[in-house]
Amino acid sequence: MPWFNTKRTITVDADVLVIGGGFGGCGATYEAGHWGRDMKVVVVEKANIERSGAVAQGLYAINCYMGMHWGENQPEDHVRYARNDLMGLVREDLGYDIARHVDATVHKFDEWGLPMMRDPETGRYQREGKWQIMIHGESYKPIIAEAAQKSADETYNRIMVTHLLTDRKNPNRVAGAVGFSVRSGDFYVFRAKAVIVAAGGASHIFRPRAIGEGMGRTWYAPWSSASAYGLPLPIGAKMTQMENRIVLARFKDGYGPVGAYFLHLKTYTKNAYDEEYESKWYDDLKGMVGDYIDREPVPTCLRNHAMIQEMKVGRGPIYMETREAFQDPHKEQVGWENFLGMTIGQAVVWASQNIDPKERMSELTTSEPYVMGSHATCSGAWTSGPDDYAPADYRWGYNRMMTVEGLFAAGDACGGTAHKFSSGSFTEGRIAGKAAVNYIKDLGETPQIDNAEIERLKAVVYRPLETYQVGRNEIVAGTVSPSYISPLQGLQRLEKIMDEYCGGIATQYMTNAPMLDRGLELLEMLREDLDHIGAEDLHQLQRTWELHHRVWTSESVTHHTKFREETRWPGYYYRGDHPKLDDDDWHVFTLGRHNPDSGDWEMEKAPVHHLVDD
Amino acid sequence: MPTFVYMTRCDGCGECVDICPSDIMHIDKTYRRAYNIEPNMCWECYSCVKMCPQHAIDVRGYADFAPLGHSVRVRREPEKGTISWKIKFRDGREKDFVSPIRTTPWGSIEEPEDFPAPTEEEFKSQDLWHEPAALKIDALPTLAGKEKA
Ligand SMILES: Cc1cc2nc3c(=O)[nH]c(=O)nc-3n(C[C@H](O)[C@H](O)[C@H](O)COP(=O)(O)OP(=O)(O)OC[C@H]3O[C@@H](n4cnc5c(N)ncnc54)[C@H](O)[C@@H]3O)c2cc1C
Ligand code: SF4
Ligand code: SF4
Repeated sequence: MPWFNTKRTITVDADVLVIGGGFGGCGATYEAGHWGRDMKVVVVEKANIERSGAVAQGLYAINCYMGMHWGENQPEDHVRYARNDLMGLVREDLGYDIARHVDATVHKFDEWGLPMMRDPETGRYQREGKWQIMIHGESYKPIIAEAAQKSADETYNRIMVTHLLTDRKNPNRVAGAVGFSVRSGDFYVFRAKAVIVAAGGASHIFRPRAIGEGMGRTWYAPWSSASAYGLPLPIGAKMTQMENRIVLARFKDGYGPVGAYFLHLKTYTKNAYDEEYESKWYDDLKGMVGDYIDREPVPTCLRNHAMIQEMKVGRGPIYMETREAFQDPHKEQVGWENFLGMTIGQAVVWASQNIDPKERMSELTTSEPYVMGSHATCSGAWTSGPDDYAPADYRWGYNRMMTVEGLFAAGDACGGTAHKFSSGSFTEGRIAGKAAVNYIKDLGETPQIDNAEIERLKAVVYRPLETYQVGRNEIVAGTVSPSYISPLQGLQRLEKIMDEYCGGIATQYMTNAPMLDRGLELLEMLREDLDHIGAEDLHQLQRTWELHHRVWTSESVTHHTKFREETRWPGYYYRGDHPKLDDDDWHVFTLGRHNPDSGDWEMEKAPVHHLVDD
Repeated sequence: MPTFVYMTRCDGCGECVDICPSDIMHIDKTYRRAYNIEPNMCWECYSCVKMCPQHAIDVRGYADFAPLGHSVRVRREPEKGTISWKIKFRDGREKDFVSPIRTTPWGSIEEPEDFPAPTEEEFKSQDLWHEPAALKIDALPTLAGKEKA
């Protein structure tokens, strides 16, 4: 018998349940605690809220700040910027909403004790670029977690949430969530009136470049397990722009950030033969995307395209020229602290390979694709917009409510709103937190949960432990069984399918309809095999459910990629059968949903409303 | 391997187990000391390294691409509000950095109860908590009435 408890069920009643205590979740908890003073606000986190999520190791910049009170930028400017970078397609109502609130969030961070860098001449926050401000953010996560916990009635750490629960009478209404304690093994049932999903984005959907010991050094954290999509998809929530995966141009192997290098340190890239190369790909890009190549700043995906093509034709490696900038001791310090503050692994790579950027250049590369919604990309849930100005077809309920009643999204979970980053994700959480409280205030009957459903889920959640015990007795030793596969074996199968069929690094980001169809066929078989995962212990049980969420997300990504018959974001991925951007047919959002009754994936288009002029 | 634990320094306190976002620092049942059970799911985030009271955890860069002989050591001192780094290259060169981590005392952030309760009107407005004051401008901007023609 395993030493942990899988028999006990612990039931927690909440008004607002926040799933995921990262930036979106901490914002949601913080805000809901204020508006819902007589309500019970509970946050549940699979790790430890003090160091969980994408910001576990800290950040060196806040990438979304307007500076409205100094007249630096207006929310309209940010909408134009994000729209341009995403090749025309963002939810302008949602993006504007974040931009108008984000300064207040950042001012609170400052007040709470986050060390902000200041321009010695103006006294304003030190700008790294037009939108970024520089911070000493080693403790960024513990600080915002402290604020969230001051607002929360209860915080549950080390609970892996596996499924959302729906109302017995109305299957399109959320009623809570279930999961298990990765420490005690207890089964947790959270009954809630409103649920905010803020469970972060997805790494390890596509095969990473390092596949040995270094497979965990992905750009997005290895614990970004796609739960933000894997939880709402099974109950029928609509997603948007799931094809819009992101590829990052970063320092090779460590994935150290380049933002401060380009913007603040003024370093630049070149090919192996000391040549500037971006301009060489101008005509090529013009043929694919037309006028979008003439926009300022050049969209992130198009810059990737130039780098990828330059390497393809044999003029790599691509280098970051750091030698001039690093002669300045201040810039040298910023360059190193940038890594130590948010991607320590890059400092480890440079130390190990004797790379002193003062003396030699460093290689850049493009990463495998990630699925998330807060960076230069906008995959996520299709949500209702703000009450005061969202167009009628973007508004069916409370702000940030998904197409499932009472279910809200923030941060990477929320689609259509690129370039929100840490501060914008926290802000979006705050918006969702207030909206969820308003939803509960107006709510009539409390949602009811079917006990039989809970018992069914409980059996499903723990089955991998049994599968392992039974199957393990069949074989002498080792990892090869005819009856089960390990969660890691399942993950590696997933990564290979996505890499080879859905536009990963194996095909230099290329795919087409026949490849996507084949990918879907293999994903279907993987989904069936998920019923045969064997988990040795609670840690592997967590890995098993992370894999489930990744597979759901991958299916969604693949259906969306197939639906959009154009190449909208060259440099992120290419449709070989539709190699050009096609504004006539595809200046639209893609919406996708898994119908829980029929099991079919339903795809449709939704209009892009431009609310801000050029 | 990412992180590893020095046998003679670890006392099995479990702080690293408690903090690791990847749930991969576990206590070995025989030695009653911590180790990394799944190095290929380690992000080298240093959360455990910063937390260990015995400074028993160190990082050896991923074998796939990091040659041996380097080290990146850290000392985080929450009471002093600083973090200090020592980087040692494979060829022995060293670099040191110190940064602030917080400007206020730990635990000093206020609770909702320290502020007035929201009014019915505030519930209906678009303002979030502390707005418009925290925006440092007169009023929250809106697109209402400004829709593009
Ligand atoms: C290397 C790197 C550099 C970055 N640089 C910057 C920068 O310079 N400036 C900037 O502003 N932003 C930056 N970002 C972006 C920023 O980190 C994200 O935009 C932000 O963290 C997204 O917030 P989120 O709440 O959606 O996800 P996260 O912050 O990742 O939070 C998700 C949370 O959900 C939890 N969770 C997941 N699944 C479950 C489950 N099933 N059950 C329970 N809990 C679960 C996770 O443990 C995690 O705590 C960077 C990110 C990375 C990785
Ligand atoms: S925190 Fe340090 S001393 Fe405590 S168990 Fe982990 S390695 Fe050992
Ligand atoms: S470095 Fe981070 S991911 Fe690796 S073991 Fe330590 S806490 Fe976990």
